[in-house]
Amino acid sequence: MAVMTYIQAITSAMRDEMERDERVFVLGEDVGVKGGVFGATKGLQERFGELRVLDTPLAESAIAGVAIGAAMYGLRPIAEMQYADFMLPATNQIISEAAKIRYRSNNDWNCPVVIRAPFGGGIFGGLYHSQCPESVFFGTPGLKIVAPATPYDAKGLLKAAIRDEDPVIYFEHKKCYQMIEGEVPEDDYIVPIGKADVKREGSDITVITYGLTLHFALQAAEELSSEQGIEAHVLDLRTIQPLDREAILAAAARTGKVLIIHEDNKTGGVGGEVAAIIAEELLYDLDAPIRRLCGYDVPAMPISPTLEKFYMLNKDKVKTAMRELALY
Amino acid sequence: MTGYTSLEQQAKHRQLGLSDGQAIDMYRTMLLARKLDERSMLLQRAGKINFHISGIGQETAQVGAAFALQPGVDYLLPYYRDYAMVLAFGMTPRELMLSAFAKAEDPNSGGRQMPGHFGHKRLKIVTGSSPVTTQVPHAAGFALAARMTGQKFVSFVTFGEGSSNQGDFHEGINFAAVQRLPAIFMCENNQYAISVPYHKQVGTANIADRAIGYGIAGVRVDGTDALEVYRVVKEARERAIRGEGPTLIEAVMYRLTPHSTSDNDLVYRTREEVEYHRSRDGLPRFRQYLIDCGIWSEEQDAKLAEEIAAIVKDAIDYADKAPYPAPEDALKHVYAEEESTWRS
Repeated sequence: MAVMTYIQAITSAMRDEMERDERVFVLGEDVGVKGGVFGATKGLQERFGELRVLDTPLAESAIAGVAIGAAMYGLRPIAEMQYADFMLPATNQIISEAAKIRYRSNNDWNCPVVIRAPFGGGIFGGLYHSQCPESVFFGTPGLKIVAPATPYDAKGLLKAAIRDEDPVIYFEHKKCYQMIEGEVPEDDYIVPIGKADVKREGSDITVITYGLTLHFALQAAEELSSEQGIEAHVLDLRTIQPLDREAILAAAARTGKVLIIHEDNKTGGVGGEVAAIIAEELLYDLDAPIRRLCGYDVPAMPISPTLEKFYMLNKDKVKTAMRELALY
Repeated sequence: MTGYTSLEQQAKHRQLGLSDGQAIDMYRTMLLARKLDERSMLLQRAGKINFHISGIGQETAQVGAAFALQPGVDYLLPYYRDYAMVLAFGMTPRELMLSAFAKAEDPNSGGRQMPGHFGHKRLKIVTGSSPVTTQVPHAAGFALAARMTGQKFVSFVTFGEGSSNQGDFHEGINFAAVQRLPAIFMCENNQYAISVPYHKQVGTANIADRAIGYGIAGVRVDGTDALEVYRVVKEARERAIRGEGPTLIEAVMYRLTPHSTSDNDLVYRTREEVEYHRSRDGLPRFRQYLIDCGIWSEEQDAKLAEEIAAIVKDAIDYADKAPYPAPEDALKHVYAEEESTWRS
């Protein structure tokens, strides 16, 4: 096992997959010489050359669309969107094309593309460098969507995404890049898409989350355990489409009290669907109403420190919500 | 403009490297497309199929282009009027009718998509959608794959002049231009984007002029002249294979039919305008060219018409009798089957 940061795990997954499969290549803005604005592709162009680590024109629909064409041919492109906020020009390519290629051709063609998109706030990015646009894509059949929170999951899910026969959107949280470290195996492994993971066992309340907010939940859970003896059961969705129904229901049944947390704004978010799954199957087994702790329903996160801090979730906000639910 | 009359022009197809047999094949393909198209409109009016979108008036350009490419080698990314082009790439009349009737055996989509949404992997015809021009960046992607794998093929993509206003037109061509990719972009300029005429769609006099902005070759050609289209596409293919980058071709033509079976074109254009262009239809001109060359006759033409009528009838009968998809097949093929998905 090696300890690495979340962003190192992402780079390492791409490097490994490019070594083992010459069909794999990366394209996007600034991914080549510069190694990406966050450094996720650092060193890859030196190793694999200009064609396999391709600096593209500044045009997101082309980055996605060219990748989709190459994927239909049989290559394994990884298209980097510089910020998730900037992927909306590519939305038609992702939703009308990538998501529907297998279905509309009756399984004749397929589109094994990975679209990597740094998302989330807390980095003074303002409205257009902080967004969580997963709900734009969530609910589009044909797409898979993953959002890892730890280096282990980041590497394993990216490798699974690259090997997948269908389009995968890979949301990587910018705030996790340097802040989150963890152990990552030296050997080849994947984390299967569609499988959630219990990150903490507990019997009093269930927290269901993904992305950066997982870490707030785990920190809060430790404090609640030592301070008040409240034991939280924490489920990391890891994949947000398709949702792992069995894991969600098992986690909810474990305590009968469910708090769903995500940074994306509440209305129309993934949490509403998670709550609906639980309500459809387990409503009468619950001991409290399902709660959601999410971003506010404002257009996007503002940059001023007071405003950003107000908008962002943090350990203390999460802890308060968890305590309230435990005491219900 | 009578065309094809001088002695020098009579041998034009041979000058271009086409045999007499190939020239006749071109005629056969455009006529087959025309007849399938005309019958599809009648089938829709008779309530046998739900919808038809026509390529009548555009077959000459489509056949000229397709014969300059290498079916089985090159990738074709067609738009919804390209019946003659996909026929030239190997799609059969039965397959086109299976699509028109939305039957299970339709290789384009298994009865999922509207007619005119072509796709056939074995024939290297790439699946398309309805939001226009999304296929242009895909063509750049196929051409990039040619570059990366060292394979000698081109991607050939078509679209209308209205489509050339879309962002994906610009983004896709610019990408291919920057990388000097082996892609050919052909605009089938039929003068109308449904009801909106060219001068309300485009600020430049010619679509081909847009190539200047990308630093690539731009060629304007009479789309009703099959051999001229053949010539410019062949040259574009040679440039692409030599590594000299993409070409934007504008084939100028006229949409002789309404936009689709849901459109009444006389709301926005006159019968006289349509009739004027019908008199310039490239298909009968090409037939006359073959006759003037002495390689075709009225007798042969009558025989071909009979043969095509039989092929069209067979295709319709076959597709009419073919089974629909099972209702629950609507749930299939959202993702790969499990076993192939988790390949390690």
